Amino acid sequence: MSTTAVSPGAPLGGRAALTAKDVAVAAPLPDVMQPKRVRKGLFGYLMRHPNIAIGGFLLLLMVAIAVFAPFLWTKDPTALAPVMRTRNPSASAWFGTDMLGRDVYSRVLYGARVSLMVGFGVAFFASIIGLTIGLVSGFVRWADSIIMRIMDGLMSIPSILLAIALMALTRGSVGNVILAITIAEIPRVSRLVRGVVLSLREQPYVEAAIASGTRTPVIIWRHILPNTMAPMTVQATYICAAAMLIEAGLSFIGAGTPPIIPSWGNIMAEGRALWQVKPYIVFFPAIFLSITVLAVNLLGDGLRDSLDPRAAKRV
Amino acid sequence: MSTSMTSHSARHGTPPLLEVNDLKKHFPIRGGFFGNTTGYVYAVDGVSFHINKGETLSLVGESGCGKSTVGKALLRLFAPTSGQVVLDGRRIDDLSQGQLRPIRRRVGVVFQDPFSSLNPRMRVKDLLAEPIRNYGLAKNGAELDERLAKLMDLVRLPRDAVSRWPHEFSGGQRQRICIARALAGEPDLIICDEAVSALDVSVKAQIVNLLQDLQRQLGLAMLFISHDLAIVEHMTHRVAVMYLGKIVEVAPRRSLFGAPKHPYTEALLSAVPVPEPGAARKRIVLTGDVPSPINPPTGCRFHTRCPYAFDRCKTDVPELQQTQPGQWAACHLHDLPEARNPLSRSLPAAA
Repeated sequence: MSTTAVSPGAPLGGRAALTAKDVAVAAPLPDVMQPKRVRKGLFGYLMRHPNIAIGGFLLLLMVAIAVFAPFLWTKDPTALAPVMRTRNPSASAWFGTDMLGRDVYSRVLYGARVSLMVGFGVAFFASIIGLTIGLVSGFVRWADSIIMRIMDGLMSIPSILLAIALMALTRGSVGNVILAITIAEIPRVSRLVRGVVLSLREQPYVEAAIASGTRTPVIIWRHILPNTMAPMTVQATYICAAAMLIEAGLSFIGAGTPPIIPSWGNIMAEGRALWQVKPYIVFFPAIFLSITVLAVNLLGDGLRDSLDPRAAKRV
Repeated sequence: MSTSMTSHSARHGTPPLLEVNDLKKHFPIRGGFFGNTTGYVYAVDGVSFHINKGETLSLVGESGCGKSTVGKALLRLFAPTSGQVVLDGRRIDDLSQGQLRPIRRRVGVVFQDPFSSLNPRMRVKDLLAEPIRNYGLAKNGAELDERLAKLMDLVRLPRDAVSRWPHEFSGGQRQRICIARALAGEPDLIICDEAVSALDVSVKAQIVNLLQDLQRQLGLAMLFISHDLAIVEHMTHRVAVMYLGKIVEVAPRRSLFGAPKHPYTEALLSAVPVPEPGAARKRIVLTGDVPSPINPPTGCRFHTRCPYAFDRCKTDVPELQQTQPGQWAACHLHDLPEARNPLSRSLPAAA
């Protein structure tokens, strides 16, 4: 290239002075965009979305632990053994024992059941109820301002305080914990759905459907609902993570699941008094809780990026 | 203004397909803690016109003058504030949505943006089948397929394209699908809301020609809402010019483009490029912006920008008056003696 290029100092001197050898010929451009092989199928999808792969794997692991807890070399999580109190982790008690001699390893594994049940239960019920409220709010104009003021009211109370209040009114049980946290999480879903519905209603294809004589329930089912599914799925994962944290918090302050059922919050609450001398009682349930919440959040981020490629660039 | 309608019916004997009388749409502006109404946007403020069977009426005007609002109010995508809409002798503006549903079949609509007009999660056949099923036009699958094939032929798309998704088509092809959907209910009237504005020039021409062919073939009436005067001049029978929610002039195409009777029409026409060097029209440049439809000017709404405005324009609201047969303009200039009226020039007889 350097031999044929016009040197910077030499004047071009008009058209006549230009000969074939003065004309610079550009070297072929290097392939900046290498042709990329895109893998198909589930494996390719997971390779392109590592957040979903890692989050999904960790979450599946936790679900497996919760389901198969009795077969994972656990003992009875509620069996007291006063002689074996506050033992350090060892070959016989992998995570040690607590102040009543119960096996922490068994309790943490069984505790996963409560956390996951609360997480999935709240995500499911809050999504269904919030979706319904959001659709009504988005379509029934006169009900909208009333519903939204109620939702604003619910949102102005910190969700853990609201859950404590609701738990104080009822008996401590896993079902009531799910109910209390669901009520606290409904406004988030209904606000999201209402926003999506309001923007979709203005879409020309919805207006065209109305002009084509389509009934409102069919419009909701055919044109609105499918387009709310993506943001709903993402929101549900975040609610799942938040619910697990709130459940742990509730159990930690004694307003959650009854002490007879081991949950990560319970175990931590019972280990709190010995936290400085026997930190492992708090440490193991805490690490399990963190990993589970991290897994759900990773999954949520991955789903958000995968369902809406534009959102990934903006963040 | 209703005088223009009655006189029309009386003159021609046959009632028009669509008659709109004094249509108003005021959008409330809500503010404050309790969401009380603090004012109104006078988007459409007393619009009257009619469309005959098989005729194209173009509704033109600049952005925000309320022309799309007229179209959407006719479709009852929102309820009009007041006024009458009469379709083929039957008043339809006071019907409930349920009563209106079977009548919707007679009016099709094509929107501006061909990309957001089609639900991305539905195949072409489902998009087109929606109105056919809603109106019960096909008794079984075979009849439905027959109708789908006929629609695809009408808009010159290959029949086997019905099983494809909207994203597999170009903008022009999508607009053809939208037209097919508008035709699915076998309407008498099609409302084209800026239907070709989002397309590039060559595609625009194809779609305009398609619409004209369909009109001849099926005897359709069309309400062609547009801001593109060059296209309007090419395809319309009559033109209604809107400014700030009111119609300022209605006229047959040739009279309107040849000898406009309203200063706003004159200014609009002077902005259309003429594809001949040296043949440019006298350019009238309007100063200032369009006033706000929240607080429209008193008297004639155009007086703030009108080059010929005089005292009366600030106080009196001009009504549409007939200046030539078929040509109606809302302007006080026509009450002045002819010598002082800059718009008195009529169309040359042999143009």
